[in-house]
Formats: sequence, structure tokens, C-alpha cells
Amino acid sequence: MPAEAWIIGAAMTRFGRYPDLDVIDLAAEATLGALADADASIQDIQMMAVGCLSEAPNMLGQRLAKQIGQTGIPIYNVANACATGATAMRTALMAIKAGEADMALAVGAEQMGKMGLLGNAGRSRPKPAGFTPSGRYGSVMPVEGIIGTQLMPGVFAQVGMEYANDHDGVGFEQFAKVAEKNHAHSALNPLAQYQKPFSLEEVMAAEMVAYPNTLLMCCPTGDGAAGVVLCSDSKLATLDPDVRHRAVKISASVLTSDPYTPSEMADFDVSTLTRQAAALAYEQAGVAPADLDLVELHDCFATAELVHYDNLQLCEPGGAGEFIDRRGPWRDGSTPVNVSGGLLSKGHPIGATGVANVYEVATHLRGEAGDRQIEGARVGLTHVIGLGSACAVHILEKAAS
Amino acid sequence: MTMTEAATRGRRIPAVGYLVIDQGDPYLVAQECSSCQAMFFDRRNACARCGGLDFAPKPLGRTGVIRSFTVVRRAAPGVTVPYVSATVALDGGGMVKANLVGIEADPANIQLGGRVKLTTFVAGTDEEGTEAVAFGFTPA
Repeated sequence: MPAEAWIIGAAMTRFGRYPDLDVIDLAAEATLGALADADASIQDIQMMAVGCLSEAPNMLGQRLAKQIGQTGIPIYNVANACATGATAMRTALMAIKAGEADMALAVGAEQMGKMGLLGNAGRSRPKPAGFTPSGRYGSVMPVEGIIGTQLMPGVFAQVGMEYANDHDGVGFEQFAKVAEKNHAHSALNPLAQYQKPFSLEEVMAAEMVAYPNTLLMCCPTGDGAAGVVLCSDSKLATLDPDVRHRAVKISASVLTSDPYTPSEMADFDVSTLTRQAAALAYEQAGVAPADLDLVELHDCFATAELVHYDNLQLCEPGGAGEFIDRRGPWRDGSTPVNVSGGLLSKGHPIGATGVANVYEVATHLRGEAGDRQIEGARVGLTHVIGLGSACAVHILEKAAS
Repeated sequence: MTMTEAATRGRRIPAVGYLVIDQGDPYLVAQECSSCQAMFFDRRNACARCGGLDFAPKPLGRTGVIRSFTVVRRAAPGVTVPYVSATVALDGGGMVKANLVGIEADPANIQLGGRVKLTTFVAGTDEEGTEAVAFGFTPA
């Protein structure tokens, strides 16, 4: 059995828009918060992994250290699309399991501003002077929107519609119910970017972005950061009883990439790598899906969440539509999903997401989630997907003591 | 008009390298792994399935069924909305994503599992008058 690792500190900024701060400010707030929560200082930290999709090439980790403590430790700047934060978490965990550090920091941060739902693709392009085939597909022109769509809203819309094609009882209304739930959940989370509930009718009547996802079924862009302090089993034994009592066990940590599947000829396959990550995580943790008290999964779009109910085995095979129809993933349902409000309403500052969902689950396991607390939570799962693709799953458990 | 300009005008080229338009009815062509028969549309270094190094062109069927679709209403500038993007499982093997054309872009009009056939259209013209021909699918 690998050595156990523990979360002893966790913090996140409220997600939102911070035009007067920079991404270092956001990362520093989360990191200092996590250190304070762990009753530790930067001097105790032997390794730091910092995830930020936009700033990983620009040494954000070192720039953060220059603000909060330059101790000369190894710093890893990581990027893995929307799985960036979870990859930072796993990088820190691997350092602990390898025995290179007995206390480490994982930080995720992003400042996206109001870049828009389509990002760079939303900007216009110049007309070409002459057609010349280029790139791996021999394209003579940009073909986005001409030969299908590869932008996120459409890609994830098609992921949902493929599930609807393969399974009965899934349609626009089931996808919309996911967003109704997550917006309702976010009203209880003071750290969420948006905290406003919407009725099912309002979700379905909102501006259509890419059928079946309306605007209220697409996550917003935003700014924010989250940090966690990890430590080894042997280190934990030396810490203050108050720290030990609040420690959260990391029972499984899995990162997968997308294995070859024939459908990738046409589109990204976000399901196979999630299914493989989940199966491996349940095996590592010795936990069954029915044991989970809460799940934070990657609802970048409402369609994605519905498909992941099945991928993560939260429902009967093929039964994701029935699961949302019977309110299984609501906070008072059989397996509460995204009680934070999820990416749809808590927000999705890309690099922060995979650490923030660990913060969320850990906070419930510690019994410190305030109004949104899932009572008696003992086991939780986090999941993220970075399109391209990377999938991370972590299973966390309340300390036995 | 010089000879060169005359030769260039009216020229048609495929918008993407995996569309063949100059051999009778247009069709799509995949690179098929000679070892495991996995198919790809892009330029390959090796096979993603088995690591094989040898590939041969494989013409694909011109008909298939809709496996998934979306109606896009918010798109990049210059792209006409709404439009339908769909994934089509081709008869005889292979899958491809493209627009559904010649159909009203309304989810009520589009049937998952519905049969479609390949079609082509001019997607743009460059300053030399060369037309780029793209492909889509239309109800069969």
C-alpha cells in the first residue's frame, strides 16, 4: 500500500471578477489562507505545485513565492487545460508519496476577466490572400462553424446529445434540470461567483448558445484561486491534535489521458477516460459509488454533468436521465452533486477549479461548510476534465479520529 | 488576363485535405493503419491505437446516420448562425463531424439516428479567385 497523504489546510477566494487585483494576489490569498488553516508557515513547505493555464509559462509559482516567501524549494508550474488545478494537486501528492517532501502546497489560480464564452475564437480573423493547405488537416481556411464546431459549447452540447442518442429518457429538459439544481445549490455558497436560483422554465427560456445548452447551462468565465496544504502520514503524527483532528485523507488520486477510441476520429471522447479514472479511483480507495456522501464533478456545461453521472457510476448504467428526474443529485438526494453550485454557478477560473473542488469536499468532510453542509459527510469525490484530454479524480475521506 | 490568371480563375480546391473532389462524386478519405485498421483524418506520425507506422488511404462511405448534433447560435464572427453541427457515423465505417446543410436549423427538424448523405458547397473564395470546397451532410 502506498503511504497515505493528508490535506491539513484548504482555502479559496470567492470566485468572481477582480479587475483591481492580479492573479498573484488571488493565488497569494488562497495560499496564505491554506497555510493559516493548516497552522503552518511557508517555512514548513518543502515543495509547491502551481496550476494556472494562462500563466504557467510565466513562472507564476515563483512570482507567488516572491510575494509570500522565497525559501528555495522546488516549484512546479503546471498546465493541463481544465484539469490544471487537479494536476497541481496530484503533482504535490506525488512529491509526498515519493518521500521528497513531507509537507507541500498545491495551488490553482486563474484570472480570465470577461474573455467571453468563446475565448480567442470569438474574435474575427483576416481574410486569406491565397488558399494554401496547412496544418495536420491540410486546411486552406478556418473551418470552425463551416465543417462542424470544435468550440466548447458545441462540443459539450454534442457530448450530451450523443448520450441522448444512446439512452432513452434524456433530452433538453433533463439537461436543463442539471442547471436548475446547480444554480439552486449556489444560493447557499458565499464563495460562488453567482448565488441566484433560477426556475427550470427560466433555464430553458434563457438565450440558446448551442442546443441544448442555454446561457444558464454554460459556466461563466471568472477569476479566483484555491490552495491546499498536503502532508505525509508520518508528518501528520507530529502535528498538533487540532490539525490532526481536521485532517482529510486522500484515499485515491488518479489522472488519466484519453485512450484511443474510434469516435475520436470525429470528436473528443470525454467519457472513456472519465470511466477509467473513476474505476481506478474506486479501486484505490476501496470505496463504492454508493458510499459517496457528495461529489464535485466537472459541469462545464449542463450536458457534461448529466453524462458524468453515468461515467462516475452515480446512477444505473444509462440511467442519468432518470437520476436527475428523481432529484438524485440534489443536496437532499441519494448522491449530492455539486452542492457548491458547480462550475455553472460557483464559477470556473480554469486553473483554480481542480483545487477548489478539493477545498469544497474537504470542507464538508470537516463539517465546516456552513449553510450548505452535507450532514455527516464522510466520503467525497472530485472530478475534472481538461478537454484534449485529461481527467483527474480524487476520493477524500474524513479522518477516523 | 495572363495565362496564369486564366488558369487560376475557376480553380476549386478542397477546404480540408481529407476531402476528395476531383475523382467523380466527392468523398472523404481517411488514413488507415495497415496494422490495426484504425482511421484518422489528420497527418500521422504513427497510429494512436497500435503504434503502427504504415498507413494507406481509405475512401469512406458517402452516407451515414446522425449520432449527435447541436444547433449553434453563438459563434465566431463571420460564421452564419444558427447552424447545425453533427457527428455522422458513416456506412462502412468511420465517423466525422460536419454541418448539416439544406435543413432548417431547428432541433425539432433533426432526428438522432436520421440518415444523411455527403454534399459539398463553396465555403470561400480567395483573392486569386480560387474556390475552397467544404463538405456537409444533408438528409438522405
